[in-house]
Order: sequence, then structure tokens, then C-alpha cells
Amino acid sequence: MLTDEILDKYEMTVGIECHVQLATETKLFSGADNDARDKSPNSVISPIDYGLPGMLPVLNRKAVDLAIKAGKALNSPIAHVSRFDRKHYFYPDLPKGYQTTQMYQPIIEAGMVSFPLENGKCVNVRIHHAHLEEDAGKLTHSGEYSLVDLNRAGTPLIEIVSEPDIHSAVEAKAYATELYHLMTYAGVTNGDLYHGNMRFDVNISAALKGSAELGTRSEVKNLNSFRSVERAAEYEFRRQIELLEKGEKVIQETRGWDDAKQKTSSQRNKEEAQDYRYMPDADIPPIVLTDEEIDRIQSDVPRLPNEWRAILKQLDLDYPQIETLLYAENDYRGVIDILGMIENVIDDSKKSKFIANWNVNVLIPLLREPSFVSTDIDYFALESMIYELVEQNKLSSTNAKLLFRELASLDKLPNVESYATDKGYIQVSDEDTIILIVDEVLHEPTSKKAIADFKNGNEKVIGFLVGQVMKKSKGKANPELAQKLIRERIV
Amino acid sequence: MTNISEIKDQIKDTSARQVVEKAIKMAKDKSEYNAILNLTEERALIRADKVDSGLIGGKLAGVPFVAKDNFLAFGAPTTAASKMLENFDAPLQATSVEKLEAEGAICIGKANLDAFAHGGSTENSAFGPTKNAVDMEKVAGGSSGGSAVATALDIVPFALGTDTGGSIRQPASFNGVVGIKPTYGTVSRYGVVAMASSTDTIGVLANNIADVELVMEIMSGQDVRDMTTLPDFFKVQDKPKSNQKIGIISDFMTDGVDIEIRDKVNEYVDKLRADGHTVEEVSLSMIEYALAIYYIIVPAEISSNLARFDGIRYGHRANSVKTLAELYGKTRDQGFMTENKRRIMIGSYVLSSGFFDAYYLKAQKARTLLINEFNELFKTYDALIGPVAPTTAFKIGENITDPVKMYLNDIMTVPASLVGLPAISVPAGYNKSGMPIGLQIIGPMRSDASLLSLAKSEETKQWINQ
Repeated sequence: MLTDEILDKYEMTVGIECHVQLATETKLFSGADNDARDKSPNSVISPIDYGLPGMLPVLNRKAVDLAIKAGKALNSPIAHVSRFDRKHYFYPDLPKGYQTTQMYQPIIEAGMVSFPLENGKCVNVRIHHAHLEEDAGKLTHSGEYSLVDLNRAGTPLIEIVSEPDIHSAVEAKAYATELYHLMTYAGVTNGDLYHGNMRFDVNISAALKGSAELGTRSEVKNLNSFRSVERAAEYEFRRQIELLEKGEKVIQETRGWDDAKQKTSSQRNKEEAQDYRYMPDADIPPIVLTDEEIDRIQSDVPRLPNEWRAILKQLDLDYPQIETLLYAENDYRGVIDILGMIENVIDDSKKSKFIANWNVNVLIPLLREPSFVSTDIDYFALESMIYELVEQNKLSSTNAKLLFRELASLDKLPNVESYATDKGYIQVSDEDTIILIVDEVLHEPTSKKAIADFKNGNEKVIGFLVGQVMKKSKGKANPELAQKLIRERIV
Repeated sequence: MTNISEIKDQIKDTSARQVVEKAIKMAKDKSEYNAILNLTEERALIRADKVDSGLIGGKLAGVPFVAKDNFLAFGAPTTAASKMLENFDAPLQATSVEKLEAEGAICIGKANLDAFAHGGSTENSAFGPTKNAVDMEKVAGGSSGGSAVATALDIVPFALGTDTGGSIRQPASFNGVVGIKPTYGTVSRYGVVAMASSTDTIGVLANNIADVELVMEIMSGQDVRDMTTLPDFFKVQDKPKSNQKIGIISDFMTDGVDIEIRDKVNEYVDKLRADGHTVEEVSLSMIEYALAIYYIIVPAEISSNLARFDGIRYGHRANSVKTLAELYGKTRDQGFMTENKRRIMIGSYVLSSGFFDAYYLKAQKARTLLINEFNELFKTYDALIGPVAPTTAFKIGENITDPVKMYLNDIMTVPASLVGLPAISVPAGYNKSGMPIGLQIIGPMRSDASLLSLAKSEETKQWINQ
């Protein structure tokens, strides 16, 4: 059993390689459809993808553009000259006998990813580099035979290689999440984790704290969720410590993650690693980029997570609220523009605060209700109208939420104010009307004790009186106004 | 010797069908030369009929040609002269073939070569060697041996070839025809079975320079399917620039080269001088390393380009294997020739970790020095000349057991390949035993048309059909 005391002797060191499938229409070197989802095997391949003799790669400039955008998200300079190389090995999912990748001169140079944790700590993970490469196909093994599907062969990837700057499972998960945000915000990938748009290879080692050398690492490959990154890191850390505590050695090896068992298991030893015989790919001229081209392409990149964090902090949102918004932006991308609604009113601090809070507290919880079906209505327009009504004291916050829930599931927005009036949601802010109700309440016998208590300095009972007014007005009275009038009357 | 304009006259006088039938008949009559592996008879005749009925036209309407069998083309398998692709039917055609067909040319067959173009004699074909057009005891040269012999035998007026280190120029010289290895990137490599990506070029062999010019004009040009193609630049020149400054490469005029070959080169120099050009001796200090550079870089690229022949998706697949490793091993053992395997092994070796820097990287650095040296010379000289090969065609079987001796035959053709320069091989006469001698003219990048123009002005038929 590993006690906390033992665990505390060791430091975890993690480096992560992340494969990101790029959101291009076509493959990295062919005109074949890059969307292999739900396609029958070998139906979206061109002769280039299945390695027909005489075929030559034609570099997809869109993939280069996306790599340039990824570089911005990673705070990395873009190489003015980068090249492709060939990585050789024989496997049936690799049609040409080599993977076209960037070994020697990658397009994305060293950079840095920084992100906050819930405890307030800011984690900085250096990026060693990131490079463009093509994905391989997929094998399905049966007892007697194996089937090859090359639909995914040639899909453009960037591989983001971090330095070993991660020191806990929580940080590993947060780093993976941050890459996901960065790559989706920058429009580099569709971020469909279920379909393997992002895959993580996690290198983990354990060493005694203060030790000058890192421990022997193991690599857990092909993780496709943030949670599995966290769990695998934690599992491996503990497994290695158990070995070290028993005086055994950690073997440098590749391990697989079994999500059902929540365990890793040995796949193959790195000692048997093949010699990939890297060499420059003479079929593809170098990618040569000027600063002007790089700037032009990167100018399309919208605000990235850290910029949003700063903005949202200014709007008085806290860490969980901010992270909720950042996630929701990805979850509803293309359906509802969560952050775009805030962006629309970014210069109006009052309204942007309202919209940000509304999105966190009302819209997102509603969207996440399993029974809720979103429609095509313009949520920004709806929130804006509600904001106006609240500002004009025509809606209480309670009624605003009720109104929103009702309207959010309509196919078309009605005139919000007339609808609210018809439904009786509009609150009364007319002093003459409210005074009548206030007087009525104050004259009721049940109010006597409260009035006396108030006069004796018990401020709290005013809430009871306001509540009575609200009840009598069927919720329509403006509570602030009611309170003000009650105070005036009692004193 | 048959040329394109004569063929076009014959088509006018008779019909495309008759001309194509004649070419096919001649190919069959001369089958003992083994110049053509497979005829594309049915498709060729259909196309000939379309020419005759006016459905197909163009600058080469009805003109027959053969393509080296590493060009993907319809009508017959594309074998690359290998067991690996013995039954491989291409689903598409090479850009070069498509461009010729768009001008009405008719491919009548696929010419023999050293399997996967590895060799300089066409003895490495899985389907037997091609015999020299002049002396059947001798090699055709290679690797475009079948293309050279089919042209020299007048089966067709021109043939397509590939030149990676001399594979057009050397067989052209061995059989007394004209051959061009264009500037790297002049003609699209799309649809041609790759050998070495950084030096592979597509060119043509013909009986005279005008025909080479015509075919090059049609085939050349940028192709979106080959990123290494250059923007269009090839334009036939009416006449050559006068008073050219020409360097004769003294490193290629040493005792290691047959005296009769050197004599013919010197005769050519005399003619150039008589026509007002200046010819001076030049020397390149890096040229002695060219062969070593070539036989490191090219096998490295071969080992990579031939990795796709694994028996999984197309081509030969070994039977009764139990494991994946066995499938790969047996398939490649059975599908490749000895020379293919030798080059794959050399290439894998020079790329393997621990040897990459010492071999591959060093060779690339030396290549850069060679490139610089040529560039420096071309600041002064319009063109360089020398022999194509140190000997005329040798006996079949003479060098086959000695790969180094065989490689030495490439010593004068590989420099232009490593640098990417255009180089042409033109007939310069015959030796005493009647074997053709070729002369090589090398120019700066994109000087293809001016080299042809210069050679055309010196073209003479005095040695033909002696």
C-alpha cells in the first residue's frame, strides 16, 4: 500500500505528445475527403493515399495555414523554412512504407502553453516543437486475418511535443484540456475527441524529490480523453513508485490504457524500437513563409482562452464560471456562440457582465438539461431584450429566468415585451400602484410584529414585508421599489 | 532512320491505322531484341482508327511511340520489368503519356528496362535483357534500353524514357540515337514509377533533334500533381546563340575513356570551333566524388520509394506465409531482382541510425559542393561537353557479376543528375567495330532548348546507316 507519506517522497514528471487532426476539407497530400466519419472502409482514399506507384504528394496549403494558426495558439514562432521527411517502417496501415512527417525542420518552433489551475496556480508548459504529418490507416484484427481501412491514411495532423514540465495528474489533465481549447479556438481542429481528433501520448516518470535525474519513463499511448490522461498519469506514477519502493526497476516501454479496467498494461519494449531511417522527402519542396504571410494567416485567429480568461475576470467571473464558459464555447460551437455573445457587447461593461453571467447561470445550465432541445432562435437577441427589460425594472430576476426558459424552446422569437406582459411577467414599478399594496400589507395584523421589530432595529424583517408585497402583487411588484416604499412608510 | 515528319507524311498518304499496324508488325518481327515487353495493340488500333475518322487530332496525330515500362499507361500492364508488378494494370496514366495522347500520339507498347530502372544495361529486367540495336551480342545500355533499341530499330520514331543517373543518355549513346535528360522538374514525374525522387527525370529518345524538341515541347510544363515541376520554360529555339563559350570536361577525357570515344569528342569540338564557338578545357574538382555521392543518395531514395511494394494492396504477394514479417520478406524477395535488393540494402544501410551522418548527410553536403562548382562554371560557359560513357556498348553478361564495374559506366552521366542539369546525348559516330559513340552536352538549369538548338546546328547524319 502506498501511503501519502511514500507518495510525497516522489515527484511526477510528465511530457505529452498530442496528435491533432486538422479541420481541412481534404487530406494532407491528396484531394480525398478528409472526413472519414461513418464512411465505409476505403471509400475516401485516392491513389496517393494507398501508395499507388508513380503517385506524388501535393501539399494541402490549408493544412499549412492551420499549422500556422496552431503556432500562434502555442506561442511558437513559425519557421520561415520547414521541410518534410520520411519515417520508414513496414506495417499494413502505412501504404507507402513511410510516414511523411517533419523530423528535422518542423513548421512550429519552441513555444509555451500557460493555463491556470483551480487553486490559482499558473502552469507553464514549454512546447519543444510541433510538426505537420500524415495519419496512418486503421487495422481491424480478426482471428484469421486483419482488415485494412485507409480512410484515415493521409489525414493531416500536427503533433505537439511538450517538454517534461508537468508534475501532477491534475496538471496533465489541465494541459490536455488547454491544448483542446487552444486548437479548437484557433480553428485548427474540430476537436471531436470521440472520433480521435485529438490523441495523447503521455510519458510519465517518477523520481525522488530533489533528485537531479529523471526516473525511467513509460509511455501510455493513444489516450483520447482528458480524464484518461489524468487517470493514466496517476496510475503509472503509483505503479512506478511501487516498483521503486520494492527496489525494482521501471522498464522503459510503451503501455496501453484500458479504460474499462482503469489500468495500463505493457505493449512493447522500447529497446526493440525500430530504426526509422528518416530522410528528407524530395517530392515536397520546402515550405517557405514570409512574416507577412504568417501575420496575415494568424490575424484570422480569434481570441484564445487566456485572452478570454482576462476579459471574463474583468467581468467579475470566478475560475469555475470562466472555465464553464470556455468549455461551453467548444461544446456549442457552430450551434450557439457562447463567447461571441459577450464579444458582441464587449465595450458595454454592464451589458457584457449581464450576458456573461446569464450564459453561465441560465443559458448553459438550460442547454445541459437532457430534455432541452435547442432551436434556431437568436439567443443573443433574446438575452439582449431580457437585459433591457431588467434594466428598465420591468422584469424581476426570477421572472426573467422563467421568461427565458419559456422563450428559449420556441422556434421563433415573439415580441418579448408583449409576451412577458401577456404572461404577467412584467413587474410593476409604478409607485402609485405599489404604494397601494404596501399600505395594504402594512395594515394587516400579521405585519404588526414585523413593523415593531424593524423599528427596534431588526433590519432583517424588512424581507418579510417585501415578501408579503410580492405575494400580494403576484410577483409583479418591483421588490427594490417595494422595499424603498416600505421603509419610507414605517419611519 | 524514321522521324516524325516522315511518319506524318505516311499517315497522310495511307492511314494512321496502316502506320500503327506497320509499327506493331515491326515490333513483332524484331521481338528477338526484347525491346518491348508488352504491346498495347488493341488500344493502339482503336486510337489509330479514331485518328483516321478525325476524332483524335493534334501535332502527333497517329504517330506511334513506346513508353518505358515504368510509365503508367493503359492497354498493357505496367511492370517496371519486375515480377513485383508483372500483372499490374495502371488505373491512370502518367501526365507525360496523357499529354502526348492529347496531341494524338499512339502508344503501341511498353519498353523493356532494368527492373525499376536500376541498372545501366537492361540486363536486370525480370523478362530478359534487351539486345543492342547494332550488335545483338551487346547490351542495349540502360535502364531505358528497350526505348533506345525500339527507336534505333525504327519501330517507332520516338520513345519515352526516364533518366535518374544516365538511363536515357547512356542507352541513347549505345544505340546511336538522340536522348535528353531535361532539367530536373521540366516534365512531370506523375504516373512514373519512382526510383530516386531527387534525380528522376522524364525524357525522350528519338532519331533526330527536331523530334526531341517537338516531344519535349508537348511533355514539358508545370503539373499541379508534381510539386517539383518548374514553371513552363521550354521553348524551341530557331537557331543557337552564336559564339558560344563551351567547356570540354577534361576529367572525362582521361586514359580511362576509350581513345576512339575521345577522338569523336575532339572531332565534335573541331566542328564547334569551325562554327565560331570557343571551346576550352575545364575541370571540376568535385566530379571524382560524383559517383560515390550518387551511389549513396540514390540507393537511399530507392530504399524509401520501393518500400510501398509490400504485397498488401497491389502487385505480387507471396503465397503460404504465416506471419506478417514473412509476407513482407517473401513478397519482396520474390518480386525484386538482385540489383533492386542490393540498392535497397545499401540505401537502408546509409540511412540507418549511426550511419546517416557519415554517409547520407555527408553525400548531400558533397552534392552541394558539386552543385556550386557547376554553377560557378556556368557563369563563364554556355555549355559543357564530354563523352556519355567511358566505353561503347559492352557484351551481354560482361559486367553483370561486377556491380562496381557496372556502376563505373555511369561516371559521366551522374554529375548532371545530381545537380539537376539538362544533358543531352547525341550520336558522334561509330568506333572501328561499328558500335555507336555518344557525345554529351550539359548546360545550366533550364538551358534544355538551347542545348538542343546547339546540337541541331551540328547534327549530321554522316555516320548513320554505314
